Amino acid sequence: MKVLIAKPGLDGHDRGAKVVAHALRDAGVEVVYSGLKRTPEEIVHEAVQEDVDVVGLSILSGAHLPLSRRVLDGLRAQGAGDIRVVVGGIIPPRDVAALTALGVSRVFPMGTPLPEIVTFFAKAAEERRA
Amino acid sequence: MRDARLHAGIPVKPVYGPEDLAGRDPARDIGRPGEYPFTRGIHRHMYRDRLWTMRQYIGFGTPAETNARFKYLMAHGQDALNVAFDLPTQLGLDSDHPSADGEVGRVGMAIDTLADMEDAFAGIPLDRVSVSLTINGMAAPITAMYYAVADKQGAAADRVVTTPQNDILKEFVARGTWIYPVDPSLRLVGDLIEFSARRYPRSNPVSVCGYHIREAGCTTAQEMAYGLAIAEAYIAMMVRRGMDVDDFAPRVSFNFTAWGKIFEEVAKFRAGRRLYARMVRERFGARNPKSCMFRSLIGGGGSAFTVQEPENNIVRGAYIALAGALSGAQTMALPTYDEAYTIPSAKAQLIALRTMQICAEESGAADTADPLAGSYYVEALTNAMEEKILEELAAVERMGGIVEGVRTGAVQAEVARQAYLFEQQLVSGEIPKVAVNTHVGEQPAEADREVELYAFDPRVAETQVAKLARVRRERDARAAEAALRRLTDEARGSTNLMEPIMEAVTAYATLGEICQAMKTVFGEHKEPVKW
Repeated sequence: MKVLIAKPGLDGHDRGAKVVAHALRDAGVEVVYSGLKRTPEEIVHEAVQEDVDVVGLSILSGAHLPLSRRVLDGLRAQGAGDIRVVVGGIIPPRDVAALTALGVSRVFPMGTPLPEIVTFFAKAAEERRA
Repeated sequence: MRDARLHAGIPVKPVYGPEDLAGRDPARDIGRPGEYPFTRGIHRHMYRDRLWTMRQYIGFGTPAETNARFKYLMAHGQDALNVAFDLPTQLGLDSDHPSADGEVGRVGMAIDTLADMEDAFAGIPLDRVSVSLTINGMAAPITAMYYAVADKQGAAADRVVTTPQNDILKEFVARGTWIYPVDPSLRLVGDLIEFSARRYPRSNPVSVCGYHIREAGCTTAQEMAYGLAIAEAYIAMMVRRGMDVDDFAPRVSFNFTAWGKIFEEVAKFRAGRRLYARMVRERFGARNPKSCMFRSLIGGGGSAFTVQEPENNIVRGAYIALAGALSGAQTMALPTYDEAYTIPSAKAQLIALRTMQICAEESGAADTADPLAGSYYVEALTNAMEEKILEELAAVERMGGIVEGVRTGAVQAEVARQAYLFEQQLVSGEIPKVAVNTHVGEQPAEADREVELYAFDPRVAETQVAKLARVRRERDARAAEAALRRLTDEARGSTNLMEPIMEAVTAYATLGEICQAMKTVFGEHKEPVKW
C-alpha cells in the first residue's frame, strides 16, 4: 500500500501533512511526501509515477475547491481515476459536500482524530487494490 | 499522584520552596524590571507607564476591504495594525499569475503595486499608527511600498513606525513563504535592516519569530532556542556587513506565542530575555541597554484552538492573554475563536480585542511589573527553562548552526518529529484537551456551532486583476522597465538593493516584476523535503 501526501497550491503550513505522513509510516504504509507548493499537475504526475493508491491533499489556505478539482481532473485525464483522493485542512463544513461531489473520497477537517485518518487511508488503499 | 510535565519535557514537582532556588544570585540573574538582564521585563514600570499594544492580524480581499476592517477595529480601540497579505503577495506573484488562481485576497489582502498600498492605508496617517507587515520573502519590496506611501502622505521619515516581519529563516523552517535560496534571502533581510536603520530609524525592520516554529510543532524551549539562534544569525550578519550592533539591535523585535501552560510560558520569556540580553552584550559587545532588550509580540496560538465546541476557544484566548501579560508582552494579538473554521469574522475579531482589553483593564494583570517574580515555582522554572533552551541551542550548534540546519532541513525534521510526538500525546490523552480527548460529550450539530463562515467573494480576484491591468497601462512603462533593469543589475553585485527596489516601487513596477527581476539572478529555493 502506497500513499502520496501532497501540498498543492501556495499554502506553506505543513504540520498536518507531516504528522499524517509520520502516522501512516508508523502504520506500515509506504509514504511519499511531496514537499510544499506543488502544482496539481505535479501532484498528478507524481501519483501516477509512484503508482500510489491514495493521494492525501493538505490545504489550509481556503483554496481547497479549485485545487482538489484540478488534481481529480488530472488523475482522470491520466487514466488514473481509480487513485483515491482525500483532503485535509481547514475545510469549512459547507465545503465538505462540495468536495465529495467533486469525487473526493473523504474530507478530514481540522480536528479529525489521527487514528481515524490512518484507518481510512488503509481501507481506501485496500479497496483500490481489490 | 498525577504526573505533570511541561511541553519542554520538564517534570513539575507538586510543591516548590526556597530549596529550589539555592545557588542562584537573585541580583545577577533576576535583577529589577527595566534593568539588565531584563529577566523581569524591559521597562521599569511595565504596563503602568505604557500598556501593551493590541494588534489583531487582519487582511483579506482587496486593499479597500482591508482598509475598512482596519478602521472598524481602530474605532473600537485597537491602537496598532497587523497586516495579513494573501499568498500570491507573500510569494511575489501578481494577482493575474496562473499560480495565484483561487488564492487572490483569500488569506490576506492582495498587493500588486504601490496603488494597492495607497488604497490600503487611505485615511490612516502613517506618522501616527504603528503597522506590522506580515511579510517575509517579499519584505523588501512590500516595506518599500509602505515607506513610499508614508512619504506620499508627507509623514516625516523619523515618525514612521513599521514592523515588517522580514524573518526568512523561520519561513524555511515553518510557514513556507520562501522564494529565493537561503543566501540571497538573507541578503535581502540585511538590506532592509540596514536601509531602515539609516532612513526610517523608528521602524523595526525585523521581527524574529519563534511563534510559527512552535505552531509547526516544536516545544517551548525549542521555540525560544530557535528564535534566539535566528536573532543571533541576523545580528552576526549585520555586524559582518559593517554595522555597529547598537545601530540596529535596539530595533530588533520578536514574535512568540504563549498558548501553553501559563507558568511555563512566563518562565520561557523570563529565561529568553535573560539569555538574549547576555548574548547581545557578551557576544556582540552592545553598549546600549536597548540593544539587549527582548521586545516581543506575544500571542497567537491558533494551534491550541479546537474545532470542537469553538466557543471554548474564547476562554483559551483569555488564558493566552493572561500568559502574555504575565510574560511582559510589548504587543499582543490573539487568535480568534473561529480560527479552525474560517477567516475571522468581524465579531470574532472584536471578541479577541475585547479579551485583551478586559485582561488589560479589568483583571489587574497589568497593575505591577512581573507579578510572578519571587514565586519559588516560577523562579525555579525560569532557571530550568534557561537550561533547556541552552540544551536546544547546543543541538542547533551540532546541526552546524541555524543557517546550516535550515539549509539541510535538519531543523524542519526535528520540528516535524516534535509535532508528531505531540499528536501522539493528544491521541493517548497524555495531553488533555477539553471536549477533544477529555470530557467529550455529545458533539453539537453543525448548525448549532454558530461559527459565521467567511464568504469569500471570487469577484475580489477580478477586481484586483482589472486594477493591476489599469496600473500597468497608465504607468510610465519606460521608467518601470529601467528601474527593473537596474534592480537586476544590482542584484548581480553586492550593494544594498533597497534603493533600486524603492525606485521600482515608485515607478509602479508590480510585485511580480520586482520578484522576477531578482529571481533571474538569485534563482529559486529548493526545499530539502525532510520529515
